[in-house]
Amino acid sequence: MNPTDERESPEIFGSCPLPIFEHPQIVLGHGSGGKLSAELIDKVFVSRFSNPTLERMDDQAALEIGGARLAFTTDSFVVTPLFFPGGDIGSLAVNGTVNDLAMGGAKPLYLSAAFILEEGMPTVELERIVDSMRTAADIAGVQIVTGDTKVVNRGKGDKVFINTSGIGVLDRATRLSADGAQPGDKILLNGYLGDHGITILSQRENLEFECDLRSDCASLSGLVQAMLDEAEAAGALDAIRCMRDPTRGGAASTLNEIAGRSRVGMSLVEDRIPVREAVRGACELLGLDPMYVANEGKLLAVVAPELAERLLAVMRAHPLGADASMIGEVVATHPGMVTMKTGIGGTRVVDLLFGEQLPRIC
Amino acid sequence: MKYLDEYRDGGIAKKLVDEIARVQTKPWVIMEVCGGQTHSIVKNGIDHLLPKAIELVHGPGCPVCVTPLDMIDKAHAIARQPEVIFCSFGDMLRVPGSTGDLFTIKSLGGDVRVVYSPIDCLKIARANPGKQVVFFAIGFETTSPANAMLAWRAQQDGVTNVSLLVSHVLVPPAIEAILSSPRNRVQGYLGPGHVCAVVGYSEYEPLAARFHVPIVVSGFEPLDILEGILMVVRQLESGRAEVENQYSRVLSREGNPAAQKLIEKVFEVSDRKWRGVGLIPKSGLKLRAEFSAWDAELRYDVAAIDTQESEICIAGEILQGIKKPHDCPAFGTDCTPQHPLGATMVSAEGACAAYYAYGRHLAEPELVNIGGGA
Repeated sequence: MNPTDERESPEIFGSCPLPIFEHPQIVLGHGSGGKLSAELIDKVFVSRFSNPTLERMDDQAALEIGGARLAFTTDSFVVTPLFFPGGDIGSLAVNGTVNDLAMGGAKPLYLSAAFILEEGMPTVELERIVDSMRTAADIAGVQIVTGDTKVVNRGKGDKVFINTSGIGVLDRATRLSADGAQPGDKILLNGYLGDHGITILSQRENLEFECDLRSDCASLSGLVQAMLDEAEAAGALDAIRCMRDPTRGGAASTLNEIAGRSRVGMSLVEDRIPVREAVRGACELLGLDPMYVANEGKLLAVVAPELAERLLAVMRAHPLGADASMIGEVVATHPGMVTMKTGIGGTRVVDLLFGEQLPRIC
Repeated sequence: MKYLDEYRDGGIAKKLVDEIARVQTKPWVIMEVCGGQTHSIVKNGIDHLLPKAIELVHGPGCPVCVTPLDMIDKAHAIARQPEVIFCSFGDMLRVPGSTGDLFTIKSLGGDVRVVYSPIDCLKIARANPGKQVVFFAIGFETTSPANAMLAWRAQQDGVTNVSLLVSHVLVPPAIEAILSSPRNRVQGYLGPGHVCAVVGYSEYEPLAARFHVPIVVSGFEPLDILEGILMVVRQLESGRAEVENQYSRVLSREGNPAAQKLIEKVFEVSDRKWRGVGLIPKSGLKLRAEFSAWDAELRYDVAAIDTQESEICIAGEILQGIKKPHDCPAFGTDCTPQHPLGATMVSAEGACAAYYAYGRHLAEPELVNIGGGA
């Protein structure tokens, strides 16, 4: 038999699966940090809000007000469960915004906090979250100076959603931006990938698996300041081209974004990318790739080659960078594309994820 | 990581590659049957390491890819019912039917859930007595014991608000179809390791003898695949055509008798349509009559759904190793994971999707030559 010869009537043209990129309604993948998110931001938001500050598309807006350079950012937090090993939605909400400011080279100063509470949420849980926010703010050296609360009907929220906005001061002559990477630059990472995402996954209903992982949720401000100090001391602040925290969408999404914005290629070495055993194991089991798993205390820095070793040493001397690694370099070939030398010596492309990372069937 | 790192060692990989190059004197076309193997080959760049004269072509073994479009449409019709909790393996959620995917249905209010084990459906059914839980039971022999267990337990425990939409396919009839085609190019096979872990590999022996092809049942780690290729090449070079077992740390010739017994109890062999290929006789499984009360196709009025597939897609030829993704003018342009035109682009395990995700950017020669094509 010849199965291919069975296709006959050409009238079935046009029965192809519909393009599902243009969803007429929001799907979960729009929040994944992958291609769907990028498309939504581009088509719905950037096109309408368009202005030069926004179009730089960094994690924070750099503003000049009355002679002072300020960084401004905002982020919303929805996570289930609210409490998890290594953190909770409160510490996440503070550190997430602090980190977005820090990645722009700013010293984070003030935060706002807005809460959307669901009717019926135990007050004691809210208190626990707010206590955790206070602690995180103290550690990061920021103050929460304004806020808001709203309550929605039971069933209209997931206990609590938090939005935080933050302001920091850009007190050094930095110009960190995703379009700053240059061929020859080195790519630094401050430690293990995927701890946060897999910790959260391990706590989900229907998927409880036991592991001793903790979220890496932390303020990266101190680490960033240490790196900036070192660069400044070397008289080469511009040697740090770009810093990003690879949160949802993981390191792969962040690096693709930088490669695209800077019109350069990136070449990574799989063996140099730190991933814990437990994370690797969970990813193997579930068919996920740690490169796409979320982090909440990780930093990717693209730096000039001549300062790379010194900056790596500074990272390693910091408590949040003890396992820092130089994971690859920026190249002039294949602009916009991230490749990886695999453990067995092959090469593969590390592409931007389409939507949510889905467990494979087998 | 223990039991994995040992099979991903770059030094041993190089030795295996050198040995393949030493043994090989003629060009050979080898097909890896499993989508999991395709994924591993492209993800690890194994094809870049091989001698140019060894061409890897990608087989039909991606369960999501070969699930026919009409079955996807049936699943979607059921998932849209307000009383239904529709459960599925994760990567099925993005597979487009005629109108959108399961994500779309979820965003419009459908209760669509990812399960990791079919048995979880029983838990969900018990927790939601007023709802109907439907599990999309797809896959090859690999997933059939777990899927059978769901039907078996539902029957034993008398759980009536759960049912299975079955679209199970079998590997040997697909290999036979490929080998019988006058356009067949495949000279040797990497056999499906996890399939054979369940059913063993004695079924493959008549195929190897009848078509005179070596079949080496292989694992999924880079070194498994390289060793499997070496074993196939050795057979080809010496004119042998046997079934060999590279994956002996996992499976035996007999497979898993307990799993086979359960499959036998719950399922019977049936004709199945394969997406992109068409109907292959006796190439699948369906629920036995004793389990018809748990058959979602009978419980829901979906029999009339008979969607036809795109004709411009060459997935059928790709699934048979006749063509490569790059042979398709639509690849990476009109057909992408966002806009899949056919089977092989829809799942991460599909050959086109794997190419797209890991090697589609063709600016560099060493990346272009995916598959080691001559």
